[in-house]
Amino acid sequence: MKKIALFVLLVTLLASCGGSSQKTASVKISGAGATFPAPFYNIVFRDYATASGNEVTYGGIGSGGGIRSLKDKTVDFGATDVFLSAKELSEMGAEVIHIPTALGAVVLSYNLKGVKDLKLTAGLISAIYRGKITNWNDERIKSLNPGANFPDKGITPVYRSDGSGTTAVFSEYMSKVNNEWKESIGEGKSLQFPTGVAAKGNPGVAGIIAETEGAIGYIGSEYALALNIPSAMLQNSSGNFVKADSKNISASANVDIPGDTRVVITNSPNPEAYPVSTFTWIILYKEQQYNKRTEADARALVDLLTHITGPNGQRIATKTYYAPLSTAALEKTTEVINSITYAGQPLSK
Amino acid sequence: MAKMDKLLRGILLTAACFIIVLTAGIVYGLVSQSWDAFASFGFFRFIASTEWDSRNDIYGALPFIAGTVMTAVLAILFCIPFSLSVSLFNGEYFRNKKLSLFVSSVVDLLAGVPSIVFGLWGFYTLRPVLVDLGLSQQGFGVLLASIVLAVMIIPYASSLSAEFIAMVPNDLKEGAYSLGATNLEVIQRVSLPVAGSGIFASYILAFGRALGETMAVTMLIGNTNNIPRNLADTGNTMASIIANQFGEAGGLKLSALMVIGLLLFFITASVNFIAKYIMKLVNR
Repeated sequence: MKKIALFVLLVTLLASCGGSSQKTASVKISGAGATFPAPFYNIVFRDYATASGNEVTYGGIGSGGGIRSLKDKTVDFGATDVFLSAKELSEMGAEVIHIPTALGAVVLSYNLKGVKDLKLTAGLISAIYRGKITNWNDERIKSLNPGANFPDKGITPVYRSDGSGTTAVFSEYMSKVNNEWKESIGEGKSLQFPTGVAAKGNPGVAGIIAETEGAIGYIGSEYALALNIPSAMLQNSSGNFVKADSKNISASANVDIPGDTRVVITNSPNPEAYPVSTFTWIILYKEQQYNKRTEADARALVDLLTHITGPNGQRIATKTYYAPLSTAALEKTTEVINSITYAGQPLSK
Repeated sequence: MAKMDKLLRGILLTAACFIIVLTAGIVYGLVSQSWDAFASFGFFRFIASTEWDSRNDIYGALPFIAGTVMTAVLAILFCIPFSLSVSLFNGEYFRNKKLSLFVSSVVDLLAGVPSIVFGLWGFYTLRPVLVDLGLSQQGFGVLLASIVLAVMIIPYASSLSAEFIAMVPNDLKEGAYSLGATNLEVIQRVSLPVAGSGIFASYILAFGRALGETMAVTMLIGNTNNIPRNLADTGNTMASIIANQFGEAGGLKLSALMVIGLLLFFITASVNFIAKYIMKLVNR
């Protein structure tokens, strides 16, 4: 008797499972990669899922992991903060395309009582991080900020102790515009600084700055803007001092964008641009017919990309404290999305 | 019954063997992954070099070994006055009294507090004090890490020491008292010499714990890859460099971190072994 009851239960269970999966017929899209855009992606993917009925999963495992996962074809798309080099592209097996999804920046946050709207140049930042300027009442800082009242307070530069894209973007900019920085500290994900203290992640650096008077450090704009952490105005390539807000970060991408969108936009020539800005990209194979992928799978992915770069997606980018794509960037992005094919046929409507 | 006995024996044997295999597996994993770094730098050059340069892929562990030894030794020095007092309090003066039971449960409680909580306390409470005292500009560094470490290892040093002090035979102490010795003299001349090697062993165990502590130290030491020049200077320990950098590490850098992990494994293992050996001698 018991066995029969169990059997009946099992059959009903199986039947109900089969039924439900037939009803929705949703497509599952999976991606992995950069942690920097993860807060934006989590929300925009959920937004897309409710709108389309498709399911999107995303693993924030780091840019390197995202590139590897796409290459191993364990995910449908990867995400990276650094575009693939020509060599990396050639190692991917087939043509990989870059879709910019939003912009971010690196800001210099500081803790100095009574000093608002601090202005800094790359030269000053370099001197502070190299230990050449050690006090806030240094003449070079004062002369750049005539109205402000600087205390006699030592400067504590704070940097990242872990390897990070934030360090990479910041140091790439610094090396580009300041020779002393380039020769002593250089650029990379993990660097040696001659002075200061280090902490892990944006929260670690921001925590030290918040608790240490006289500290200054670089953190991701999405983190600083979300928590309303004050940051310095930086001098851009046109000589203007600009705040790191969503508008000025976007402006740095309002320049000539190459067809494949692989471009570094730090030190942008746009006069309104915040100088330490960067794209974040989703990467995928241009030809979508591989590994038993169906046309429906490919269409859903294109649909997702259109949603992220569309007005709704970009609104979410702004809401999650990233900067939306500029008109120039959007134009090129649409072209790249339109170039995606399935069995050689373009997928876009 | 005999059957059950055999079964139990089998289960216990399997469990014991499993632990040995697991430990061997950890060592094998560390050694196999460290191979690249050993091959490129050589063991002695690796532990003697102060360079940690991700851009040129050159790695050396000396700053981290120095940071680890400095913080652990300082922590032991800072903790001795407190832990020795506590162990005399619990093991001799107030032995089996209510107050002593209370104190020893508080000390045990300290042992159960997660290290991140000690880290928070150091970051938000102790660090501003060091800054106000003018010891350094931002408070982070070897001194801050050592003080917090000292508090963390007090329970390890004091509980075991108290047991060894309590184990000193009563006949010896009574003999001393009958000859007119004061409390202090009994402790100085009888209790401490008799329990001495046991106390020493418990401090070595505490030292081992201080060597490997990661979370609290990472939060407090400043994470700069240099040999600390003084107590207020920032630095990095072997455990904290691994915690900081394993995430984005790959290739030779990951291998270098593995070597540091392997070193840490053997150092703490031998420290524990020495402590156990001394205790065995005492107990005999």
